[in-house]
Amino acid sequence: MSGTAVHSLWTMAAPAADKIPAPKIEYTQLSPVLIVFGAAVVGILVEAFLPRKSRYLGQIAVSVIGLAAAFAAVVALAARGYGTTKAHVAAMGAVAVDGPALFLQGTILLVGLVAVFTFAERRLDPKAHGRKVDSFAAQGSAVPGGDAEKAAVKAGFTTTEVFPLLLFAVGGMLIFPAASDLLTLFVALEVFSLPLYLLCALARRRRFMSQEAAMKYFLLGAFSSAFLLFGIALLYGYAGTVSYSGIAAVVDGTAKMTPALAATTGNDALLLIGTAMVAMGLLFKVGAVPFHMWTPDVYQGAPTPVTGFMAAATKVAAFGALLRLLYVVLPGMRWDWRPVMWGVAILTMLVGAIVAVTQTDVKRLLAYSSIAHAGFILAGVIATTPDGVSSVLFYLAAYSFVTLGAFAVVTLVRDAGGEATHLSHWAGLGRRSPLVAAVFAVFLLAFAGIPLTSGFAGKFAVFKAAAQGGAMPLVIVGVLSSAIAAFFYIRVIVLMFFSEPKPDGPTVAVPSAWTSTAIGIGVAVTLALGVMPQYFLDLADKAGVFVR
Amino acid sequence: MENLIGLLVAVPLLGAAILLTGGRRLDRIGHWLGTILAAVSFGIGAVLFFDMLGKSGEDRAMYSHLFSWVPVGGFQADIGFQLDQLSMTFVLLISGVGTLIHIYSIGYMEHDERRRRFFGYLNLFVAAMLLLVIADNYFLLYVGWEGVGLASYLLIGFWQNKPSAATAAKKAFLVNRVGDVGLSIAIMLMFTTFGTFSFQPVLAHAGDASEGKLTAIGLMLLLAACGKSAQVPLQSWLGDAMEGPTPVSALIHAATMVTAGVYLITRSGAIFNGAPDAQVAVVTVGAVTLLFGAIVGCAKDDIKKALAGSTMSQIGYMIMAAGLGPIGYVFAIMHLVTHGFFKAGLFLGAGSVMHGMNDEVDMRKYGGLRTYMPVTFITFGLGYLAIIGFPGLSGFFSKDKIIEAAFAKGGTEGWILGGAALLGAAITAFYMTRVMLMTFFGEKRWEADAEGHEPHPHESPKSMTIPMIVLAFGSVFAGGLFSLNSSFLKWLEPVTGHEEGHSPLSATTVTAGTMVVLVIGVALAWLMYGRRAVPAVAPRGSLLTRAARRDLLQDDFNHVVLVRGGEHLTRSLVYLDHSLVDGAVNGTAAGVGGLSGRMRKLQNGYVRSYAVSMLGGTAVLIAATLLMRAV
Repeated sequence: MSGTAVHSLWTMAAPAADKIPAPKIEYTQLSPVLIVFGAAVVGILVEAFLPRKSRYLGQIAVSVIGLAAAFAAVVALAARGYGTTKAHVAAMGAVAVDGPALFLQGTILLVGLVAVFTFAERRLDPKAHGRKVDSFAAQGSAVPGGDAEKAAVKAGFTTTEVFPLLLFAVGGMLIFPAASDLLTLFVALEVFSLPLYLLCALARRRRFMSQEAAMKYFLLGAFSSAFLLFGIALLYGYAGTVSYSGIAAVVDGTAKMTPALAATTGNDALLLIGTAMVAMGLLFKVGAVPFHMWTPDVYQGAPTPVTGFMAAATKVAAFGALLRLLYVVLPGMRWDWRPVMWGVAILTMLVGAIVAVTQTDVKRLLAYSSIAHAGFILAGVIATTPDGVSSVLFYLAAYSFVTLGAFAVVTLVRDAGGEATHLSHWAGLGRRSPLVAAVFAVFLLAFAGIPLTSGFAGKFAVFKAAAQGGAMPLVIVGVLSSAIAAFFYIRVIVLMFFSEPKPDGPTVAVPSAWTSTAIGIGVAVTLALGVMPQYFLDLADKAGVFVR
Repeated sequence: MENLIGLLVAVPLLGAAILLTGGRRLDRIGHWLGTILAAVSFGIGAVLFFDMLGKSGEDRAMYSHLFSWVPVGGFQADIGFQLDQLSMTFVLLISGVGTLIHIYSIGYMEHDERRRRFFGYLNLFVAAMLLLVIADNYFLLYVGWEGVGLASYLLIGFWQNKPSAATAAKKAFLVNRVGDVGLSIAIMLMFTTFGTFSFQPVLAHAGDASEGKLTAIGLMLLLAACGKSAQVPLQSWLGDAMEGPTPVSALIHAATMVTAGVYLITRSGAIFNGAPDAQVAVVTVGAVTLLFGAIVGCAKDDIKKALAGSTMSQIGYMIMAAGLGPIGYVFAIMHLVTHGFFKAGLFLGAGSVMHGMNDEVDMRKYGGLRTYMPVTFITFGLGYLAIIGFPGLSGFFSKDKIIEAAFAKGGTEGWILGGAALLGAAITAFYMTRVMLMTFFGEKRWEADAEGHEPHPHESPKSMTIPMIVLAFGSVFAGGLFSLNSSFLKWLEPVTGHEEGHSPLSATTVTAGTMVVLVIGVALAWLMYGRRAVPAVAPRGSLLTRAARRDLLQDDFNHVVLVRGGEHLTRSLVYLDHSLVDGAVNGTAAGVGGLSGRMRKLQNGYVRSYAVSMLGGTAVLIAATLLMRAV
């Protein structure tokens, strides 16, 4: 009995199997994911067996080594041609190993690595009882402001569990864009979502806000997961299979029907409703309108390093999954989903840009900006051309490093209550700390898409792909919302450089090498991708073909 | 050899870059560095020149293509050079006179603490001017054209703490802009007509284009030439430009930059040959300016402004000659070169006088300086004899040829142009004699200034007198050398072409006529300024004198017509901008802001309403997907 048939045991109402042979797993090709999960498990063991004092360094070592090794594995796979000629679907049809998957996995791993640096920062917060502390709660389970928390702070506890949590999330994100059947997709979604919910709740300062954010994120995430799962069920009902290639075959009318299922297969209502619901689940994760409302609240409440990681990596993973869904599963019905996605993209660009105009909190501002950017990326996704794929890949890589860098800068501007995120506190920052303000200005200009930053190259690529894909109106709306967006980005720059500093304004904390490195990498990538984008565009172009 | 062409520009450009960015540590050697690099550029020019002499007439042009600069579809702008006899003439003039003036400036600017910067600007000018004359296409020529404009601006306003210098620089820049627009339009027209703006294809195919287009291009080129060469009606900046240091006046506003217009018209000869109407415009501008400048020159008491009027007038001669077509191109360039020598010499002489007279420029406060500054007197005197066309000196040969060519134009036009040229020669003799007499002859008229400092006129240092002597040699011998065996004609003819004119008057008659008007002019001046004592305060003078002192009311005209008109136009445009454009922009901004404020209210923080929006969104998504299939 072939592997496909075995797989159908849990994807298809197959006739009773006589025996179950071991599934065939290509461990080498899945090594990036396996390494990260392995590192995460080691992290748990570190947490369990190492004394408190040495956990911090141990966890950092495990995370950094794990992520770097996984990245090396991705590079090795790509070098051996798994991104192009040897691309195929591994693990019994569950996980694709192809260009987009490897490109996105590489991006996610690098983002994860830089995020570890921001997680590891221990110099920004003032010392508590003589011990260095990070951005995370002393003890996640302690009631905010309660005795247990005070005791934990006094004892110098820190939540080093954030590192394995990050690794688990990264592992899920690695599978998400590579998932090649709907169930793997769902499992991956939950694997990376649950650690994120937890991470959101772990802010050291403003703990209630942090917990509220996590609660909201969890409730709404669960809500959207339910839609996604229901959509999966409907698609299964439509195609009789959850594998991407299987559904695609039914959509295209090339599938061989199992006689037992012939009567129920191919019901277009199931397909359309199922597609809409699965798409909704993914659009929620990328923060597209009208499924975006969690974004500002969660971005604001979560610990800033987590926000940076989440904003960058989740977007990469979710857009990867959306791309695969639309390009592999549903190209046969693009005339059905394209107009709907047009609407979503236009709404997302406009709402993100317009609402951002009146924001007064820098984290919320960046949240709305991320919504607008989701709209721009959607414009590229909708192109349904090879250029569309490569432009989106490039945009995601460019955007994620700008985002990481920008949130890392936010952690530096502080007053007595922790981070000073209200925009009025940022007035005149450029006069007091020209370097920090200049770096932030670089990120803002990249967000705004000014030439010589990665933002320009990405936006140009995406809009070009959209225009060539026949979506000129989208491009026009995109450019208009970019103009609106430019207003609030530039306004922050004006505020930083041309306003008088407040007398009781915030101070800019001097970070340790961790955050400095993270910001440095952000600036370097932003400028490198802006000044000489061609190499990376070519790379994305080469990686732009999905395997079916 | 071709590879050397680019170095002509690169060497002084490097000098400018080093001097302008090097900072104070270069203060002590900056002037030497600048001078040496200018001299190196001249050396390269000389090497190329002798190489060129070794070839026969038709093969002398050299080309060097460096790289494609702006390749956009059919629009190909290249960094490429063309060095033919015409360019070569300019290269030697620019780098040669340029080097002399660098040397002169070492002494003249000795006490200026910003001397290094001054030399940086001078190098920048030399580089830009050389680029202008060796470019192989109009686009690159335009770069040089703007470059010399910039250098001119920087140097006129070099003493920026003087408001008058700053204003003069601004004025020169603005007036030049008008001409520059003409050049840019001409280039655009060329591109639409010929599909290229490289000299070779454009000039080779000029005959194929319609006369209307050639006339349009020609008129725009003329506008450009008027701006750069200070021709009526864009002449108003040159007089004020004398606010700059005197070496600048000598190099840029006498010998080289202001002749760029003549170069442009001569270089574009093929276009003008096909556009007789444009040629009429050119000779008209030239004839009007040569009289205009001469009249202004008669009334000025400021020695540099008198010389500036003279420059205008002499360039008028050149423009007129260039407008005559193939019978005049060679003589335009020949006069340009001889003028480069004697006018630069005259300006350096004027600078030397000012140097000895505490920077006094009013000739009414000079007098009898010949005994105090013998070298300056002799070199200035030789330049004077050259410019008025004293037989045997440079100006005699070149100006005489232009007057002959003007008569040779034939018909009424020939008589008018020839008459204007003769009249100009008479006035030139008058005002130059006046300058000479007021400065070097008569009684001394200087007095102690308000603080009791009496000037002590003295000869200038060697670094200043040597360039003056070298230029004096040029003033004396260049014209004869060029006319000997018609050598200059043979040199340039392969590039510009040449036709013999058919003058109604014989050459001897013209020369005799020139001599007569020369004597009349000199005699008149001697009667007015030599025999009688020069009053230390200017008399009120006739109406014409007073108008000429005010540059024939050019500034008043510009002020009333252009400035006032411009102000009104600006005011109405600003009003429109505020009410319409800003209204639209601010309205949009307010609209977006208002919308934003309303939309953010949806973000109320309640997770239940978020969930409802997601539910509603999904419902719409499903409905829309289904609807798409139904449609």
